[in-house]
Amino acid sequence: MLIKKPDDIPSSEITPKSQYLSRRKFMFGAVATGAALAGGYYLRTSSEIDQPVAADGVKLSGIVKSQFSTTEKPTSFKDITNYNNYYEFSTDKYEPNGLARNFRTRPWTVKIDGHVKRAKTLDIDSIMKLAPLEERIYRHRCVEGWSMVIPWVGFPLSALINQAEPLGKAKFVAFETIKAPDQMPNQKRRDVLPWPYVEGLRMDEAMHPLAILVVGLYDEVLPNVDGAPLRLAVPWKYGFKSIKAIVRISFTDYMPPTTWNQMAPDEYGFYSNVNPTKDHPRWSQASERKIGASIFAAKQRTLMFNGYADQVAGLYSGMDLQKYY
Amino acid sequence: MKSPSLAVVRALKVAVFLLCLAPLSVLVWKGFHEQLGANPVDVITRSTGKWTLTFLLITLSVTPLRKLTHLPWLVRFRRMLGLFAFFYGSLHLMTFVWLDKFFNVQEMLHDIAKRRFITAGMTAWALLLPLALTSTAGWIRRLGGKRWQQLHRLIYFSAAAGVVHFIWLVKADLRRPLTYGFVLAGLLAYRGASWLIARTRSRASVPATES
Repeated sequence: MLIKKPDDIPSSEITPKSQYLSRRKFMFGAVATGAALAGGYYLRTSSEIDQPVAADGVKLSGIVKSQFSTTEKPTSFKDITNYNNYYEFSTDKYEPNGLARNFRTRPWTVKIDGHVKRAKTLDIDSIMKLAPLEERIYRHRCVEGWSMVIPWVGFPLSALINQAEPLGKAKFVAFETIKAPDQMPNQKRRDVLPWPYVEGLRMDEAMHPLAILVVGLYDEVLPNVDGAPLRLAVPWKYGFKSIKAIVRISFTDYMPPTTWNQMAPDEYGFYSNVNPTKDHPRWSQASERKIGASIFAAKQRTLMFNGYADQVAGLYSGMDLQKYY
Repeated sequence: MKSPSLAVVRALKVAVFLLCLAPLSVLVWKGFHEQLGANPVDVITRSTGKWTLTFLLITLSVTPLRKLTHLPWLVRFRRMLGLFAFFYGSLHLMTFVWLDKFFNVQEMLHDIAKRRFITAGMTAWALLLPLALTSTAGWIRRLGGKRWQQLHRLIYFSAAAGVVHFIWLVKADLRRPLTYGFVLAGLLAYRGASWLIARTRSRASVPATES
């Protein structure tokens, strides 16, 4: 039996035991599960799974509301966590939830390098304290033609960028997902995507107040299935731009490669802004199916920049968005 | 082996018929119990599509199976299996027409012309339509066995278009569509091989009868 004593979650972020045990994430059946809160320690024992289990389901504290949140009703927690693309685990949108359950999100560090004053490695718990955590209820539009409304918890990406002190020649920010084939079954295969998954933003996009680093969902620690412990949310772009399980953020003077663009450049551009007037070879982008709606409900119209045109259209003024899709 | 009696074949047909309805029953049951997941239309689309291809391949397996097992009466199930392929294909198409496009003809035509995977899928369904219409004994008589058989070879092209539809639709990870592709290739290779063997034999036999 392993008694793990991770000192990586401060007591302030841990919910009282009674509430915590009632949360749906902790289903261990016959497995002896013990959680103790003492002196800021978070103890877990398990006779079946000899590893610390992800801390998802733990309540985050001190979350402030944001003016950037939509007033639309959020998609249910169940749908958000049971239907998404996470190709490292499965190409089937229903499978990542189960397959990511035991994904290890501690210890976790993020390497900051490239054109920065000083390259460094940040621990996830220090990253979570970079800025006050905000609730950001964002529309999320998948390139496949479905959408959700997601109550993320995070902070502006700009807070981390400022901390990283990029040099003047840093024009782009490149992101990289963890490569952990022992935990992510599809990373053992070479016929899915090239690993690790990589994404990128132009510096001004990355500095935009709508671009956030996400550490939580529905006021709780981000579930593994949604990219724990750290993911991006760029709500005016198609979902695949919002890279999950980030372990590296690099500042470059060139447009960094992005995974789906490498796979099919005619289908996925670097920018991949939500654009109902730019047809995709596989899917019409003019409308979207809202997850949670009745099957007989008509699809809803997709909005330019996913409805965030007022805030972000200026980033692309003068650009031909049919060409730079 | 002796052929089973008519009564046994009839009973088996009823059993196979009910079995063929199972995929639809599962969908309907799940629909009424809110078990179709976050995106029910996606689940319905994928399920009906998968069963269309599966029934096409099952239908195409009947001939090799009855020949290899020397059970000629198996052919009596072929029409029903083929019609179920058409049935699930039509449900698949209806999902697109109704739940995806809401009968918006302009959008559908745009999709058929522009999206190659939809072009392929529509082709696959359109090729099955004449086969379903001429599946009755009356039509076999009217067309004559040989012409009827020639017409019904369209199923090879329909199945191929169905597999291409699946391949073109997948973003990455071609394992599932390629599995169908390999099975279809095997079933078509069997036909190619038996045709070649038959031709070689008939050529060899012609001079023998003349001399």
